[in-house]
Amino acid sequence: MLGSEIRNSERELQQFQLRVGIAGVAVLIAFALLGARFLYLQLVQHDIYQAKAEDNRISVVPVTPNRGLIVDRNGVVIARNYSGYTLEIFPKRVRNMERLIDQLAELVDIQPRDRFRFRKLLAETRNAESLPIRNRLSDEEVARFAVNRYRFEGVEIKARLFRQYPFGDVGSHVLGYMGRVTTADQQRFDEEGTSANYRGTDFVGKAGVEATYEAELHGTTGFEQVEIDAAGRGIRSLSRTPSQPGNDVTLTLDMRLQQVAELALGDRRGAVVAVDPNSGGILALVSKPGFDPNLFVDGIDPQYWAELNTNEDHPLNNRAISGLYPPGSTIKPFLALAALETGKRKPSSAIFDPGFFDFGGRRFRDDKKGGHGTVDLYKSIVESCDTYYYHLSNDLGIEAIARFLGPFGFGSRTGIDLAGESVGVLPSPEWKMRRFKQPAQQKWFAGETISIGIGQGYHSYTPIQLAQATAMIASGGTLYRPRLIAHIDNPRTGERREISAEVLRNVALKPENVDFIKRAMAGVTKEGTGARAFAKVEYTVGGKTGTAQVIAMKQGEKYEEHKVAERHRDHSLFIAFAPLDSPRIAMAVVVENGGFGARAAAPLARTVLDYFMLGKVPAGLEQQAPEHEGGSEDDESD
Amino acid sequence: MELAGIPVRRVVDRLVEGIDSTLLVLILALSMIGLAALFSASYDTPSRVVGQLANLGVALVAMWLVAQVPPQTMMRFAVPAYVVGLLFLVAVALFGDVVNGARRWLHVGVTRFQPSEMMKLALPLMLAWYFHKHEQTLRLTNFAVGALLLVVPLGLIARQPDLGTAALVGAAGFYVIFFAGLGWKVLGTLIGLGLAALPVAWGFLHGYQRKRVLTLLDPTTDPLGAGYHIIQSTIAVGSGGLWGKGWLNGTQAHLEFIPERHTDFIFAVFSEEFGLIGNLVLLLLYFLLIGRGLYIAAHAATVFARLLAAAISLMFFTYAFVNMGMVSGILPVVGVPLPFVSYGGTALLTLFIGAGILMSVHRYRKLVQT
Repeated sequence: MLGSEIRNSERELQQFQLRVGIAGVAVLIAFALLGARFLYLQLVQHDIYQAKAEDNRISVVPVTPNRGLIVDRNGVVIARNYSGYTLEIFPKRVRNMERLIDQLAELVDIQPRDRFRFRKLLAETRNAESLPIRNRLSDEEVARFAVNRYRFEGVEIKARLFRQYPFGDVGSHVLGYMGRVTTADQQRFDEEGTSANYRGTDFVGKAGVEATYEAELHGTTGFEQVEIDAAGRGIRSLSRTPSQPGNDVTLTLDMRLQQVAELALGDRRGAVVAVDPNSGGILALVSKPGFDPNLFVDGIDPQYWAELNTNEDHPLNNRAISGLYPPGSTIKPFLALAALETGKRKPSSAIFDPGFFDFGGRRFRDDKKGGHGTVDLYKSIVESCDTYYYHLSNDLGIEAIARFLGPFGFGSRTGIDLAGESVGVLPSPEWKMRRFKQPAQQKWFAGETISIGIGQGYHSYTPIQLAQATAMIASGGTLYRPRLIAHIDNPRTGERREISAEVLRNVALKPENVDFIKRAMAGVTKEGTGARAFAKVEYTVGGKTGTAQVIAMKQGEKYEEHKVAERHRDHSLFIAFAPLDSPRIAMAVVVENGGFGARAAAPLARTVLDYFMLGKVPAGLEQQAPEHEGGSEDDESD
Repeated sequence: MELAGIPVRRVVDRLVEGIDSTLLVLILALSMIGLAALFSASYDTPSRVVGQLANLGVALVAMWLVAQVPPQTMMRFAVPAYVVGLLFLVAVALFGDVVNGARRWLHVGVTRFQPSEMMKLALPLMLAWYFHKHEQTLRLTNFAVGALLLVVPLGLIARQPDLGTAALVGAAGFYVIFFAGLGWKVLGTLIGLGLAALPVAWGFLHGYQRKRVLTLLDPTTDPLGAGYHIIQSTIAVGSGGLWGKGWLNGTQAHLEFIPERHTDFIFAVFSEEFGLIGNLVLLLLYFLLIGRGLYIAAHAATVFARLLAAAISLMFFTYAFVNMGMVSGILPVVGVPLPFVSYGGTALLTLFIGAGILMSVHRYRKLVQT
């Protein structure tokens, strides 16, 4: 029994040892399997996984360049950048957006309009990494979020540069505004081949100088290879191609003059364009009402946007370059010059004005009841005698008028460096042929030429065209392309590109004729329709008033201002240049529904010229120093 | 040699007595590898390395203590340990803390622990004792009882749910039964039945468990969810190449692409930095460790000792195989640490006690026979 027991246990031990051996082999096989797996992953497929690991850890992050500054001719900064904190959500990392925003709202102030804007951005932007839910966080809000950051997956605070316009709505139509890069912009970048340069850029110039000189201002986007962790957070920089800041753009604009002009125009609708007749450089370009471009900076508040678009005054329209107005009597100096140049009139040529001009069975009335009496060419301008110009335009004929006015830039785009310019209408038989479809309407009637003489009828010009044409008289026949740009500077190299004046054409005007017109226009401010506005003026100035009808008066009907709705009242116009000898400024003023030119536009021009010629600052401007709000100025790149 | 009246030589002799140097060297080598990998994985939390050093100290002391206990004495603890462990498991099922959706922890006074961890040793101890008791009259019914002793705690652990521990405990128990001499026919039948029961078992799996199995088959179906672990750890291993990226140079680990990089996925960190060569060295160390354990088992004095030693050796294997298989993407993700390498005090303690048992078995291999 004992023996069998021992044998039994010996057999058992052998059996056990066999099983241990089997186990050992099984372990070997299993480990061989693992070894094979390692071999496969680490040798055979190593390249693939190597690439995957690289992809995993390296992310190419665009380094957004600092946008160039915009400064006026005196070096006053009118558009700059400031850094501000934004609270940004990475939509792809968020499961329940509503709840997340609710939780965030407990820490930072999130208004319904912020939510609305965020929703809109979320719907509009494709493939956005992160979108701001709040801009311009206060330091306290930044701190409060930072403490609670661990609670919010997919939310981060980012420091971003924002555009800032220290003058607020002053010069808004010159500067334009910035807006978020839309799908349409993206397509444009693709077509231009600039989309790589716009990686990481959220905002792009949408109007004004910001849009025209976008390519200069934007700069070159740099790239940084960043090692990232699984959550996409940057850990450290591996290599860096720095961004090149955008060029600084210096305008011909005199911001102070701009302020004076805007203040003078006040709340009235209208436009003021002042230009240097010796170069075409724009000194001031006002369109009212305007807007505050600062409100566009961080994604415009939809409410404000809707208001801007539905406002019947169309604040987004740049009246200075797109508003079309009949020139009224401001056309008279040009027609007078045409008469002299064509020899149809001499300075001494006089007519007797009974107060009307009969033509083709129709009576064209003069503004002054009973007429101006004996009127020569000088007096016709100084007193703005309509009857004289009824005769004159009839004598000149529409073709000659159109031929003469065309080279002054009437009825064609000036080519100013702003988008959205209107063409206007320089009336002529050809224009009428083109304009109308039905043969009955296409014919030019001789009667239509008569009202052309006083700047009514089909005439329709932009204020910039008027200013440009005035500048041409001031310069004695040289037409410059109006421009806002003076020079472009590279902030890194200090390299400067001067933008030289561009002569569009030289018209050979006889100096004595130009002098005559200038003297007559000076007479306007001394003894004529502009005399009251320019009383005791301390410099020499030429001008011409104009009143443009908004609604047509019936035959024989007298225009009575108090009977007409405000918006149907006449537009008040004034063109001017100063000083008389070698003028330095030429300008056009339009005050919509301002009534007589002498009443609204001329005093406005006086204010502007007083500042320009004498440095006289109108009351009320001192308080309007540029406001400095929030954030620190940041002109440095990196 | 005496130092301040203390016979240093004798103290040292007493200390190293019963410590199997082969096992000790292998275990320490693995622990060093673990510390190196942990150091790399803990670039942001260096305190973990210190913590693991403390864990190692405690575990070494425990191993030494256990190594002093003769298997004979251990047998006396088998039944109480098993019964207490079982009671704890029941207690967990009734009052346990729920962490991450699983009820695994039990509060005892100020601290809390996982009774399932205790079962990793208590179960093979119990089964080895049971088969030792019925050594002479081993019948199929004994295996049935053994199976019952295995299934009850296993069921409780699987219900928590803790599939990783259940697999380890189940494997440990199974190894005892296997080495006890379960007939090949029965074994074959059981395996066949087990395979047949797989679809049924599928029905019992929790959603996340099923997902883990499914994502193993194709991790790319859910690259940011359940498949993320596997994809990222596979990238870590694969990008390591032949020689690895070098210690502390693993990008996957350092950029937090590897989840659980201190614990269950530490092998990915190691593999990325030390490459195929490092992996093969690690495999070799484990193979030697397991081989030494099996050798000890084969030369053990009693049935109890040999069953226990063999089961513990294969438990080391199971730990290592399941963990490395999971990290390299050939096994589903279950919570199994890499033995002697992963961060974590409890697992380390269990493993070192297991090693202590092996040493004890080796030390007392001849005592009964003489």
